[in-house]
Amino acid sequence: MNTELFLQTLPYMLKGMIGIFSVTIIIILSIYWLNFLQRPSGKNKNGEKK
Amino acid sequence: MFSVFENVLNLEWQQIVMWVIGGILIFLAIKKDMEPALLLPMGFGAILVNLPKSGAVTQVYDGVKEIGIIDFLFDSGISNELFPLLLFIGIGAMIDFEPLLSNPKLMLFGAAAQFGIFFTLSIAALLGFDIKDAASIAIIGAADGPTSIFVANFLKSDYLGPIIVAAYSYMALVPIVQPPVIRLITTKKERLIRMNYAEKKVPKLTKILFPIVVTIVAGIISPRSVSLIGFLMFGNLVRECGVLNSLSETAQKVLANLITLFLGITVASKMTADAFLNPQTLMILGLGLFAFVFDTVGGVLFAKIINIFAKNKINPMIGAAGISAFPMSARVVHKMGLQEDSSNFLLMHAVGANVSGQIASVVAGGLILTFFG
Repeated sequence: MNTELFLQTLPYMLKGMIGIFSVTIIIILSIYWLNFLQRPSGKNKNGEKK
Repeated sequence: MFSVFENVLNLEWQQIVMWVIGGILIFLAIKKDMEPALLLPMGFGAILVNLPKSGAVTQVYDGVKEIGIIDFLFDSGISNELFPLLLFIGIGAMIDFEPLLSNPKLMLFGAAAQFGIFFTLSIAALLGFDIKDAASIAIIGAADGPTSIFVANFLKSDYLGPIIVAAYSYMALVPIVQPPVIRLITTKKERLIRMNYAEKKVPKLTKILFPIVVTIVAGIISPRSVSLIGFLMFGNLVRECGVLNSLSETAQKVLANLITLFLGITVASKMTADAFLNPQTLMILGLGLFAFVFDTVGGVLFAKIINIFAKNKINPMIGAAGISAFPMSARVVHKMGLQEDSSNFLLMHAVGANVSGQIASVVAGGLILTFFG
């Protein structure tokens, strides 16, 4: 049993999960942004509100 | 006459054990339909490389080194990460991210279900593996064969053979591993939670920009994963662009099949008796199971935590579909939902979480490389 190395790896567990969630949240926000950019404009061709 | 059979005298009992293991892999592939595209070539390869003085692997005859074809394929296709990356193009071309793009929040479950990787890293370290081997073993929890091969090879792990056998075996065993774990940590009431699915049309431009955005984001945050995620997303871009249908089909079928064929038999170069038959192999198989179990636990518990705050409750089984084993995990959750209530259809949510696991597992692989590479 290598408890010293075990203790050394614990911060990586935290860093790893924070890293994955950070990337994931940025990707999620990017998807919402992409969908937002392509939402229907709400105006017809004459520029009038539908 | 004796000289024809003298090679029999070179046979060691360990090699016979490896023949049996190869036979078991072939049996599981053919009879149980467990990842046959990988387990069958690996099983055959295990027999091939464990014949006494096998010319398929590098041998020294009369002081002269003769390179075996399996070792040559390993050096040409795995040690430089070529095969796993090419396979990723095919996988990317196979994945439809629409269920995820129509409900992006599902990506959080993909992230949560990577918990098993980092937990296993610590446990492997506790059991005495050095840090690079522990990281290579932990990546079995990515539930993604090419990522496991890429990371374990990049970190120059001595246990590449057992790691790959464990990764592919447990992927095939997802329908057996996940249900008891899910039942253990959820109540019947939670498993009966219904989730509405409103089909949303995802604009084509979003589908095209998605792989590019993911590559840039993942590449900036975790540069070492950029080739992994980049090739996966390149395959997906070929699929979604709409002008490369023939290439997309080739990537999905011909390329993926060809690489899988070579990958399986080449991996066998790490299944020689001296490299495979040791107590560490058994520990790695145990740790692989541990990683899959705690991936499932991570995903389910995350859903339960979200439910504390959410107005529209989530069926926590969806969290278990956040592992990368696609589409097995989504199917398992869908089936379990139907077993509890025959009119509760969780498939689309589960598929969304499952494809997000594909991205998250690659990102996790990239982070492991960033930490320990």
